[in-house]
Amino acid sequence: MATRVGIEVSIAIADAVKLANPDVVAAYPITPQTHIVEHLAELVANGELDAEYIPVESEHSAMSACLGSAAAGARTFTATASQGLALMNEVVYVAAPMRLPIIMAVANRALSSPLSIWCDHSDLMSVRDTGWIQIIAENGQQCVDNIICAFRIGEDQRVLLPVMVHLDGFTLTHVIEPITFPEQSDVDKFLPPYKFPMPLNPDKPVAMGDFAPPVIFTETKWAQEMNIRASKKVVVEVWDKYEKAFGRKYSPVEKHHSDGAKVVLMTMGSVGETASVAIDEMRDEGQDVGQIRLRLWRPFPFEELRETLKDTDVLIVLDRAISFGGPGGPVASEVKAAFYDQAKKPRIVSFVGGLGGRDITVAGFKDMVKKGTEIAKSGSKNEYEIYGVRE
Amino acid sequence: MTKEKSLIEIRWHGRGGQGAVTSTELLAQSAISEGKYAQAFPSFGPERRGAPVQAFNRIDAKEPVRIRADITEPDVVVVLDPGLLDKVNVTSGLKKDGWVIINTRKTAKEIKSEFGIKYPVATVNAIKIARETLGVPIVNTTMLGAVVKVTGIIKKESAHAPLEKRFGRLGERNIKAMETAYEEVVIEEQ
Repeated sequence: MATRVGIEVSIAIADAVKLANPDVVAAYPITPQTHIVEHLAELVANGELDAEYIPVESEHSAMSACLGSAAAGARTFTATASQGLALMNEVVYVAAPMRLPIIMAVANRALSSPLSIWCDHSDLMSVRDTGWIQIIAENGQQCVDNIICAFRIGEDQRVLLPVMVHLDGFTLTHVIEPITFPEQSDVDKFLPPYKFPMPLNPDKPVAMGDFAPPVIFTETKWAQEMNIRASKKVVVEVWDKYEKAFGRKYSPVEKHHSDGAKVVLMTMGSVGETASVAIDEMRDEGQDVGQIRLRLWRPFPFEELRETLKDTDVLIVLDRAISFGGPGGPVASEVKAAFYDQAKKPRIVSFVGGLGGRDITVAGFKDMVKKGTEIAKSGSKNEYEIYGVRE
Repeated sequence: MTKEKSLIEIRWHGRGGQGAVTSTELLAQSAISEGKYAQAFPSFGPERRGAPVQAFNRIDAKEPVRIRADITEPDVVVVLDPGLLDKVNVTSGLKKDGWVIINTRKTAKEIKSEFGIKYPVATVNAIKIARETLGVPIVNTTMLGAVVKVTGIIKKESAHAPLEKRFGRLGERNIKAMETAYEEVVIEEQ
């Protein structure tokens, strides 16, 4: 029997990690991730979670410890945010080519400077090309569900890749809301024991993360690319199995009244829920608008996106990060690339907003859709619009 | 077609350390335990003891709460510390007919004329209740009782389990403080 409780999302994530029964948690606390790892430390300290908790001295060490433990065949979890993710960056890249299915929650927060503890996706974008599978949660329930799914996806023998579950800092981490927890016995059935095929073992030595001269390096990178591309099938398969077991459905591109809508708003992260209220109100007013939410950021769901938007005239994309001096929002860039070669494509309008915790209200999203529709008609000399900025 | 609105938004005003955040957590947990939908969240950011702080609730008896933006137009505001009334515009953005629930020993009439509040006011001497039942002038759980009475958004019994879980052996006294405020809050006649 699943239980529905009112709980802070960070605490719920720690409880979800406990349901997955990890062997090792290595982490360093940083706002707004702190409550996740504090609660995990508490669970280990009071004997509720039988795992090794390694209180490392930095995020760089946290990921290094995770590499070692995952390579030894231990189910491994960590969490970080922002500057912590930046400090860890060098080691984050190492996990995917070594095929180590470390699971990491990232409480998205702006990168300095100026210093901000609030949410945007600049930290998320800083690890875009690290080769990790990256899932974006939009509410507390999705965090819990996807933490459990992440272990099964990453540890699948066809995948063996690290997985990040991104959640917006404060807007999700510090909110108390209703979350339904699956039973331990059901999670045990859903998540088989972790069996790493070639664990570090003094009796059976293996080499990992070797030196690769030019004669082989390209091949290793191509193998890595084929690996993550193929993982999308497994991500979808695991989500389908999760739906069968627990009744909640996830997919790479999630639709909200987008079928047949001429104007579609695309969001990623917790703003998606607020935006959905704006979309509902606009539809009630008789406007032909819909919404899609990106649930899977890497591997990027090119085919699903093209299929979902095949009848769309105008696509308005909101990004919570800037690629400075570049084409604007990183999500919008990807979407434009997905459609460049297509004969029929929507007019894509890129907005950047919600930086460093700047709020976007229901009225704000309605305004954004209105402005975006106008820009799609009249054209714009700008690569993108920065929403709500005081100039 | 406009759907009937079932969402109630509450803004709590207190000072860092007075437990406004705890109040929102307890209220949300109580509502969720009734099968309702609720959010509780602090004003995100660094907090300092003694500085004016805000904390927020969204409660919806019918539908999941989807809005994650700040609450700028609340239905109800709660003031834990009457000393804030001349420092913070507590009625900022308050909806027409929105309620102000204040911890004060003064009457609604006195408060309204002193601070120019043009909204319906409910008052309760929460400091006195907290001192008598808890032995400390911490009014967050006491004020919860006043909020439950004025808004009717949960049954007061639904707050018992969250209070017991939160305060352990002090749970019973906090329940008593909450219930006393529920009885003693003076709701201005409309």
